[in-house]
Amino acid sequence: MARSPDRRPGFSRRAQYGIFTGYVIAVAGFLAGVALLIVSIVNPSAFSSVRGTASEIARPAGEAGAETRAAGQSVIAAIGAYFQAGRQNAALSREVAAARANALTMQALESENRRLKALLGIVDPVMKPITAARLIGSTAASARRFAVLSAGVSQGVRPGQPVRSAAGLIGRVIEAGPGTARVLLVTDPENVVPVRRVRDGLPAFVEGKSDGRIAIRLLNMGVNPLKRGDVFATSGSGGLYPPGIPVAVVTDVLHDGGVGHLASDPADADFVVVLPVFQPAAVAALGASQQAAGPAPDPSEAGGGN
Amino acid sequence: MPFPRLPDLPSIPRRPEDLVRQRINRAPSPLLAAGLPWLAVMLASLVSFSPVIASAPVVPPLAFMVFLAWRMLRPSLLPLWAGLPLGAFDDLYSGQPFGSAIVLWSAAMLVMDSVDNRLLWRSFVQDWAVACLMMSAYLVLSAGIAGLAAGYPLPLVIGPQLLVTLALYPLVTRAVALLDRVRLLPLRTV
Repeated sequence: MARSPDRRPGFSRRAQYGIFTGYVIAVAGFLAGVALLIVSIVNPSAFSSVRGTASEIARPAGEAGAETRAAGQSVIAAIGAYFQAGRQNAALSREVAAARANALTMQALESENRRLKALLGIVDPVMKPITAARLIGSTAASARRFAVLSAGVSQGVRPGQPVRSAAGLIGRVIEAGPGTARVLLVTDPENVVPVRRVRDGLPAFVEGKSDGRIAIRLLNMGVNPLKRGDVFATSGSGGLYPPGIPVAVVTDVLHDGGVGHLASDPADADFVVVLPVFQPAAVAALGASQQAAGPAPDPSEAGGGN
Repeated sequence: MPFPRLPDLPSIPRRPEDLVRQRINRAPSPLLAAGLPWLAVMLASLVSFSPVIASAPVVPPLAFMVFLAWRMLRPSLLPLWAGLPLGAFDDLYSGQPFGSAIVLWSAAMLVMDSVDNRLLWRSFVQDWAVACLMMSAYLVLSAGIAGLAAGYPLPLVIGPQLLVTLALYPLVTRAVALLDRVRLLPLRTV
């Protein structure tokens, strides 16, 4: 097949000028894009209001999609459960028996904990969640990992607030529009979360690898104490994330750290909960000291960068 | 209400042209004829609001693929500067730093123009090969720009996405070809 001849205008001056103008606008568009790109890399929040408005407009489509996702998952789960009913029943009976024993131990520990805390005079800050919402979209085609939340400023969502599901940490809010907000997922390379090993409190931080897994970096160098199956939860240092939210499970041990899977896959989460910033005073102090010290190499490493 | 029997159900015609009964004294609707390519690309940009919440880049860049397919099927339908508005719209939803799609889509239009000037003949395999080169470059540069914005070296995570994208392109061109026939349905009375 020969290419179409409609780009040859013949002797018409008007058509020739039209084509020339098209080239000029195309090159100007390219240059304008370069300028916008530089602006948005230097100042990532420069276009947040435009993006917020855009997600507001697309919000109904996303909510319909979120409901479809929940329905589809329950259908698949129901079919799977039918096939495994017998085996699952036996396993669950065993688990319930074990859990009952554990629950009694937990009750005893809890009362002891309360008593000890009263002795030391510690008052637990009550963490009242800000709102529950759905994840209605994600940047599935880009190497950056963002999700769109179906709640915004009108529900009290502000940038910096952590987002979790029932199973674990999802990420933190970075831009909030009137009815939607943009969440930086834990798997984004820009998101660095201070964590500790649940078993013994070994400090570390996790960093997204952008491919669905996360890198676990240890603070103390030396012999790598990680084992496969180790669970890491937020440590609360930095003041942004409240302590004790599960983040990652180690799947591969490397010589200077490890690679883990998410404790909570955002694709499985039906509803997510937006929590208040754990210690706003700490975050504010951190921000002020960073401003005074000049640009840090990576402000989010301390967990306080927004 | 009785269950409708199969012969009673209205059948969907095999060809989009059969949707319209009367063809004499009819012409394509100008709005549909000119606007459908733009609408198709913009709808493909909204794919990030699909039910899948991905933890890794797995979904092919559908908007760019539809854009490229329209450009290859009907070279003069989208103006040369179409990358500017359509890219800006895609940037609002893709999660890339704003401006990334404007640059890459505008560049793609200019590159396609010079490809058209050099390769005088068109064929399926050649179009697919050109599209493969363009889409690979697009994905690598997109990931590079995203890595630049995140302050993180280029993550080598686009491999699976790249393979899916290259394999899926002929399907996208088929869908666009179908849309092109819908575009020219004789709906307007002359």
